[in-house]
Amino acid sequence: MIINGKNMEFDNGINIMELLKKFNLSEDKVVVELNYEIIPKEKFSQIVLNKEDKLEIVSFVGGG
Amino acid sequence: MNVFVNEKSIEIENNETAYMVRERIKKDADIVVLNGFIINEDKMLKENDKLSLIKRGEIPSEEDLEGFLVSRHTPGIHEKLKKASVGIAGLGGLGSNVAVSLARIGVGKLILVDFDVVEPSNLNRQQYFIRHIGMKKTEALKEILKEINPFIKIETKDVYLDKSNVKSIFSDVDIIVEAFDNPKCKAEITTTVLTQMEDKIVVAASGMAGYFSNNTIVTKKVTDRFYLIGDDISEAKIGCGLMAPRVAIAANHQANTVMRLILGEMDV
Repeated sequence: MIINGKNMEFDNGINIMELLKKFNLSEDKVVVELNYEIIPKEKFSQIVLNKEDKLEIVSFVGGG
Repeated sequence: MNVFVNEKSIEIENNETAYMVRERIKKDADIVVLNGFIINEDKMLKENDKLSLIKRGEIPSEEDLEGFLVSRHTPGIHEKLKKASVGIAGLGGLGSNVAVSLARIGVGKLILVDFDVVEPSNLNRQQYFIRHIGMKKTEALKEILKEINPFIKIETKDVYLDKSNVKSIFSDVDIIVEAFDNPKCKAEITTTVLTQMEDKIVVAASGMAGYFSNNTIVTKKVTDRFYLIGDDISEAKIGCGLMAPRVAIAANHQANTVMRLILGEMDV
């Protein structure tokens, strides 16, 4: 699938929450867009990704 | 023909110049601003030109002040900025700087939200003064903005903003500026605006700590309604502080993005 513009390989059946764990990202600090739709974090564990998906992950760091 | 002098419409002869109008209306004006630019030699006036005649050091009447405040603006934008309404979520290094810039350019209405008080460690990057220590940030910032531009409307909310109240607090704004410190709050507010407030644009920031290069701070358009400013990686943490220059660079990327969006410039 395409993540932040890059082609990446993942196991079949992986959901958004598991993917974030693989990237070492906290589900509380990200904004996730799947196929041009923003996904609320409550749905991260329910949505299984497939190879046609286009995913954008914005991970916030602290400071302001 | 018609021209505007100090924002007021007046009729002049077709062949009149800027200095001829000065001679008639305000002889002692030593600053002559024509369509946003200070002129040092006489210029022929054209239909609908904007002329400001300012005497250096003189406190103008309230009636003239608003026109003078925007006399260096690019012509035609003041009216658009005045109609806009912007919500600022968090009044720290980002939010206080964004608010000052938006007040200076005359954005018509600002809704300022923060639950905290000013404390001494804020002063290395936030727009407050020593006299504000202990004061609510909402009240302190309102006081500062009123001294900069008394012609804008300012609403303050002394609350902890989160997904439970953002919809009601920012229901009437055009654009929301995410200006929090905490990354969880940044993500929560941004996601809530994008999923539940479909007519709003959010301008967020991530990565402006330290004294790294100026030039890694950029503005990205993530979606049509989500703009993100920062270097993505410079996190405030033990050993890496937050300081005025870089925080203000990011804040003014946010403020300029807000201005561009108000003026219909949707690209970065």
